[in-house]
Amino acid sequence: MMNYFPDEVIEHIFDYVASHRDRNVLSLVCKSWYRIERWTRQRVFIGNCYSITPERLIRRFPGLKSLTLKGKPHFADFSLVPYDWGGFVYPWIEALAKSRVGLEELRLKRMVVSDESLELLSRSFTHFKSLVLVSCEGFTTDGLAAIAANCRFLRELDLQENEVEDHKGQWLSCFPDSCTSLVSLNFACLKGEVSLGALERLVARSPNLKSLKLNRSVPLDALQRIMMRAPQLADLGIGSFDHDPESEAYIKLKNTILKCRSLTSLSGFLEVPPHCSLAAIYPICPNLTSLNLSYAAGIQGSELIKLVRHCVKLQRLWIMDCIGDEGLGVVAMTCKYLQELRVFPSAPYGNPAAVTEKGLVAISMGCPKLHSLLYFCHQMTNAALITVAKNCPNFIRFRLCILDALKPDADTMQPLDEGFGAIVQSCRQLRRLSLSGRLTDQVFLYIGMYAEQLEMLSIAFAGESDKGMLYVLNGCKKLRKLEIRDCPFGNMALLTDVGKYETMRSLWMSSCEVTVGACKSLAKKMPMLNVEIFNENEQEDCSLEDGQRVEKMYLYRTLAGKRKDAPEYVWTL
Amino acid sequence: MGSYESELNLKATELRLGLPGNDEPEKRSCSLRSNKRSSLESGVEESRCKTNVNSHASDSTTTSDHDQDSVQPAKVQAVGWPPIRSYRKNSLQQKKVECDGNGMYVKVSMAGAPYLRKIDLKVYKSYPELLMALQTLFKCTFGEYSEREGYNGSEYAPTYEDKDGDWMLVGDVPWNMFVTSCKRLRIIKGSEAKGLGCL
Repeated sequence: MMNYFPDEVIEHIFDYVASHRDRNVLSLVCKSWYRIERWTRQRVFIGNCYSITPERLIRRFPGLKSLTLKGKPHFADFSLVPYDWGGFVYPWIEALAKSRVGLEELRLKRMVVSDESLELLSRSFTHFKSLVLVSCEGFTTDGLAAIAANCRFLRELDLQENEVEDHKGQWLSCFPDSCTSLVSLNFACLKGEVSLGALERLVARSPNLKSLKLNRSVPLDALQRIMMRAPQLADLGIGSFDHDPESEAYIKLKNTILKCRSLTSLSGFLEVPPHCSLAAIYPICPNLTSLNLSYAAGIQGSELIKLVRHCVKLQRLWIMDCIGDEGLGVVAMTCKYLQELRVFPSAPYGNPAAVTEKGLVAISMGCPKLHSLLYFCHQMTNAALITVAKNCPNFIRFRLCILDALKPDADTMQPLDEGFGAIVQSCRQLRRLSLSGRLTDQVFLYIGMYAEQLEMLSIAFAGESDKGMLYVLNGCKKLRKLEIRDCPFGNMALLTDVGKYETMRSLWMSSCEVTVGACKSLAKKMPMLNVEIFNENEQEDCSLEDGQRVEKMYLYRTLAGKRKDAPEYVWTL
Repeated sequence: MGSYESELNLKATELRLGLPGNDEPEKRSCSLRSNKRSSLESGVEESRCKTNVNSHASDSTTTSDHDQDSVQPAKVQAVGWPPIRSYRKNSLQQKKVECDGNGMYVKVSMAGAPYLRKIDLKVYKSYPELLMALQTLFKCTFGEYSEREGYNGSEYAPTYEDKDGDWMLVGDVPWNMFVTSCKRLRIIKGSEAKGLGCL
């Protein structure tokens, strides 16, 4: 029936369909819908930059305006992927520049971004508006200077947790006076200084600026002047909060904060004085929906607790574990609308005032709307997890990291199978799960049985046999990403259902029991997969015998074939 | 403040190369555990371990002193564990290093030492770190700290001169308060230390 509608009508209807998934489904209905969909598609998400070539993407979606690309495997975040593995954005920008794509937005995660690529980007797309770089590396402030100088209609420059080399070139001063379009500027991850005068002038001429995140080089007095010029800010990242409580600058700041009634999101506090008091912030806390103090290492637990008591509207809280179980109890009492909680360790191996299962249980009792959790803690119990599962059946993301990876239930000494089992059984919408603590194959049986919506699973130091991995591969029909480290899963688990991997984005296995021979066999059976093994052996002897255990394997489905930019230690079988 | 007892548990810093469960009197259960652990831990120890793997792992967590044990370094030490983004990890550590000229250098003297040293207090985030540094610098050991008895069972104890000119035992007040009030440090001998502890 729909075929009798003119294309324009169908296009108009498609305008209302925004999500990538829905769009993908539309394109599969029939040839004419495929055709209309590809011409009207503006936003594309590529979860693995090696799954398709840029040329092929551009051919299919000539109207592309916004591209999101992800590069390295997730475990690269934890230094498990060697340097130079790949994920270079340059070929993408080059291909887009050559084509007639009017790129306006580029969002990259875990990619290698060179200054050259930023320069090319800045010169190639007249209407380029938005650059978001998350966990990327390879560029310096020179590349940022090119973006600032050349992107005349830039609205967003958002740098999150990137390793950026500072070349002291005053990149921020490169924004021309004619640039007045900024809506969002985040340079919190930069280590070097910026010209404070240029920053203040930039803020003054950006009436649409809603989000500003400063780095630690921006001192308190500059912060105060900036806030005076931008009372419309909704999202603020404070760089340095280091001050003398008696100083005039601090008193001025306190008064300025009172005027910032639009602030709903606060982060930063990258530099704080010893015994830092956050009293200056209390007046705006009741308006906050998002608070990220996960980099505010100097703030004591007691001060965090005092602050949180004012944050009655909080929906998102990222905090350090020095808040303690007691502090989480206060969060539970105060933040009734909490949806997302992340508790980070203040020292990689722990802290006496850190959090345990008690804090998590308290949160689950007080915050029924909680759906996303990342929780680093010292210990956990099955009883606590069962309680949490009962109280919060709405979890979409549940990531628990017990710092001692092999630790069992702190009370019963049993593995934590039952606890995680309760989570997957109760939280039917669970899409992402990270496990830790002592776990047998039983937990995977539960996951395979109950986690029907699970898309991403992270496993470390868990399981007893191939059965564990097989339960997951057989049971989780919607699984897209599986990452496993230090588990006794081997060839049988890997090879039992090779077709499964074509339904997934990727599989990572490191320090498991798979051998070279099995990987070769898999690669042979599945030409649509790239099976990469990393041979980080220093020796020149390059022959890998079939029986040899593979230290790291990363496989992913792809339409692009074997990649040409792999370094020497990567063997694509 | 009881938490400082556990902070100063210096057992955590000892190098251990023994087998799992070596020096722990309590060994509850689980052939299951030891089977799995031996294969896992040998994997961990083989390939990626740092030198001081505290492989007496879960057994030590069966003791009743949860507080003390919770301070010890993770029982599994491997590359990429715990899973914290390297950017975040580096950022936490950077706070120690990037003190750019505003360091809080204080003199440290020790009874009998030929010359004084200077250390930057801002480099340390807690008492255990400071004490470890002092012990390394002066090749001495402090005993276990307790509120009641100071540094018990050792030859030396750390003291400091505060803003009022009084000599205080290191460890009594919250870390931040200590850092802002410490003018200089002095490591005193056990006999002197007992005197302080009795105050």
